Amino acid sequence: MSMTHVKHESKWYPLEPEESVLDGLLRQGVAVPNSCRAGACQSCLMRATSGDVPDAARVGLKDTLRAQGYFLACVCKPVAGTRLEVSGADALRVAARIESVSPLSPSVLRVRLSTAAPLDYRAGQYVSLLREDGLARSYSLASLPREGLLELHVRRIPGGLMSGWLSEHARAGDAVSVQGPAGSCFYVPGRFEQPLLLAGTGTGLAPLYGIVRDALESGHTGPIWLFQGARTPEGLYLTDELRELARRHSGFHYRPSVLTGGSRDVAEGALDVLIRAECPRPAGFRAFLCGDSGLVLSLRKKLFLSGLSLKDLHADVFLPSTPRAEASGAR
Amino acid sequence: MSTAAQEKSVYEQMGGEPAMAAAVEVFYRKVLSDERISHFFEDVDMERQASKQKAFLTMVTGGPSSYSGKDMRAGHAHLVKRGLNDGHFDAVVEHLRSTLEELGVAAPLVARVLAIAGGARADVLNR
Repeated sequence: MSMTHVKHESKWYPLEPEESVLDGLLRQGVAVPNSCRAGACQSCLMRATSGDVPDAARVGLKDTLRAQGYFLACVCKPVAGTRLEVSGADALRVAARIESVSPLSPSVLRVRLSTAAPLDYRAGQYVSLLREDGLARSYSLASLPREGLLELHVRRIPGGLMSGWLSEHARAGDAVSVQGPAGSCFYVPGRFEQPLLLAGTGTGLAPLYGIVRDALESGHTGPIWLFQGARTPEGLYLTDELRELARRHSGFHYRPSVLTGGSRDVAEGALDVLIRAECPRPAGFRAFLCGDSGLVLSLRKKLFLSGLSLKDLHADVFLPSTPRAEASGAR
Repeated sequence: MSTAAQEKSVYEQMGGEPAMAAAVEVFYRKVLSDERISHFFEDVDMERQASKQKAFLTMVTGGPSSYSGKDMRAGHAHLVKRGLNDGHFDAVVEHLRSTLEELGVAAPLVARVLAIAGGARADVLNR
């Protein structure tokens, strides 16, 4: 069987059988930004300048990107014998600088960025953040496009390369770049009376915070339920802001919850049980689910079985980054 | 013109693609809620599975479909290894029947759809 070869910056690299373009290039010392390695975060976007890539390497990409030959290197396993010439995705990146890094809770950082050119995105989408040396992680946007600065909520991961750098070394003015946006978990104006159900754990709150405010500003009139889940009260954040938002909008119901350590203001119990108690008949709702994959996938199934239509279910599963021989980071 | 050419497929009589989109939600919910067979769907991506269910419904109602016997065999081989048998196949057919009945499809059309679905048994069970 003939070998597959990938040409990157004028040099040819052979791929092992069944090896992805990303793995092959990394193995041979080529620096390629990457994070989830599961075809979701789009950090490893590359462009094929000649040669064929399988359809599976283009799943989830916008038509405009497909048309230009872009593909995801982490899920691209070319047919044996392919000779593929690739280039990076520099053209899709926008220069940015760090404006501020501040704690939202003991475990979550608020990172604000300005970009050299306005980023065209919808509240709830995510971007890849790239450090100057190419280290990449994807994070959901908590900001609204009209706010100018991009806001990311970054969970501090023990040993995490990006979150560790952000919390300890990054300073206002540091140059970074941003690629994206990606993701389809966002509010689309219309059906203003439809009840909305938002649920998330950890920094899954970031996109939901953007979506809630986007819906309210768009004139949504139906009830909006936001369930924020954490293991303990220390895992909750932005609670004061969200309570204030609920005071100003009678249709917005904010329900923070924890598995242990509940109080008068914070419910205690499993998120799906609380959702069922507050929203017993979610058929006809629109739902947005973000955060830990196990929870999001199980909630999605439960909501579908209780009558929510698949077309009204928007889920953004946060995948941990799975670098080679590095400590892990995550969205 | 022959009568065969004039006769519309069940797919067309049911209302085409929009009807299939509605049917797949009802059908898939029944399948996922059935403890006899839900474990075969535990680890799958719901969106992809729903689109497969839709392709299946489109095929058995005589709509435009690229589903082939070969795909059916390949797509179910791993489930046969996990014990997929006639009882499970019958359960799915039962949900198909009740879905079509709930959606008001006339009895003769339901019978035709079930006959086509039954024809897939050997391929699904890899016999």
